[in-house]
Amino acid sequence: MSNGIHPFASLLAAVARGISGVQVQWAGCEPDERQRIYFANHSSHLDFVVLWSALPSEIRAKTRPIAAKDYWEETPLRRYIAANVFHAVLLERGMMAKARSPEEARFVGRSLIEEMASALGTENSLILFPEGTRGTGEKVGPFRAGLFHLALRCPKVELVPAYLENLNRILPKGEFLPVPMLSLLTFGKAIQVGPKEEKDAFLERAREAVISLRRIGPG
Amino acid sequence: MLQAFHDTKLLYLYGGVLLLLVTLTLTGRALKGRRKTAASRATIDNLNARISAWWKMCALFTAAVIVGHVGALVLFGIISFLAMREYMTLVPTRPSDHLTLFWGFFVIMPLQYCSIGLHWYGVFAVMIPALAFTFVPTSIAIEGDTASFLERSAKIQFGLMVCVYCLSHAPALLLLKIPGFQGHAARLLLYLAVVDQISDALQYVWGKLVGRNKIAWRVSPSRTWEGLAGGILSATALGTALWWATPFTPLQSAGMAFTICVFGFAGGLVMSALKRDIGIKDFGVVVEGHGGILDRIDSLCFAAPIFFYLVWYYFTL
Repeated sequence: MSNGIHPFASLLAAVARGISGVQVQWAGCEPDERQRIYFANHSSHLDFVVLWSALPSEIRAKTRPIAAKDYWEETPLRRYIAANVFHAVLLERGMMAKARSPEEARFVGRSLIEEMASALGTENSLILFPEGTRGTGEKVGPFRAGLFHLALRCPKVELVPAYLENLNRILPKGEFLPVPMLSLLTFGKAIQVGPKEEKDAFLERAREAVISLRRIGPG
Repeated sequence: MLQAFHDTKLLYLYGGVLLLLVTLTLTGRALKGRRKTAASRATIDNLNARISAWWKMCALFTAAVIVGHVGALVLFGIISFLAMREYMTLVPTRPSDHLTLFWGFFVIMPLQYCSIGLHWYGVFAVMIPALAFTFVPTSIAIEGDTASFLERSAKIQFGLMVCVYCLSHAPALLLLKIPGFQGHAARLLLYLAVVDQISDALQYVWGKLVGRNKIAWRVSPSRTWEGLAGGILSATALGTALWWATPFTPLQSAGMAFTICVFGFAGGLVMSALKRDIGIKDFGVVVEGHGGILDRIDSLCFAAPIFFYLVWYYFTL
């Protein structure tokens, strides 16, 4: 896979920045080329593009989003944007629920983690929305387990929380037309899975790390 | 294109503004080094923020005059957009207001500025107060969400009135056909901006110097009756002294400047009350880097329509 930035990606990023008037704050870390998993709250289609566009271009070129296969493979345009423009890592949703036995679920889970790990490779970073789906923006939903397993699988990769604020008012779920309000993006301090830390405890801590970056508060 | 710059009186007025800005910038720099107490630091920082905003306004005004009427409309349209963006970001709305807000930003606002450019004065004067006023609540009602219905309709309509309707009267001055004053309308726009902004600043300075009795301490602790009187009187005096740049006699100019000052004061006070209500001190504080446009133009928004209609009624009919 080539890691160059698609010109259409830069264009989309510029448009998203213009519409969202996003103001970026690196509150707990600095932009860095080291491998990272940026994880954030999810309430708008603009979330990924805005977060991606906030990164310096050399980091952007090596940062890929994790996205839902069912949605992004539905139309040729979406497929093109996901595969060619943003080099998205497309994962199938609901596979775990469909598994007929615990063994199969474990196998499916492991293969999803492996897909993400191979997308990380030795120099890429990922953007992940651990809620798994877009919310209304009022609350941050519970985090899926993927973040925890991926963190264990790739312990050298930094886990950087980020909070995207007000994007749910700019382009909410289910709306097609944007309203150009201002938004905020805050990157927090990297977290790690503690030794012997349980999955649920870690996921809740990761969620708190994201929520703690909220600056204005819900509406 | 550069026609406006063959207007000697405009150049004098403009030169005066530049001279004042340079003097203020140098004074501001000098004071910055000497500030001691926290209170004086805040005062000087406020002054420097105003001065830097004035430079931007001045640059914008220059650009508007150079590119002509269409350019001025585009530039003021952009200011309206940025102001309304700031306003809508900080005023709570509900998800069901989405489509109404979209119309506000992408249909009503551009239409208002286009109507000036196309000389559709009827549309310009009534679209937002009459048509948007009926459209906004209807659109919200169609969405079917009745929670705080009146509040939501009022909030959106208020934003459109202040950020779009009121402000659009400033560039509309450029299209007024005043007998014997054709081609000089840029001076009127500059006159409005100078009197309004100087009045703002002088109210602040007078308030700091001799302010005792607060007007509405809950709304704005820095506004005093003494500051108001001193600021309005001295800015009116300045406006009177600028009569030569306008179609007014000195006495008329005094009346116009006085009106601009009073309405400008009202704008500042109303927007302060609104900010208190939302729970912020400045529109610029919450969204640093982007914000603060509304903090700077609130008085202009309130002064522009009355000035426009006074000039229109007494000097063009």
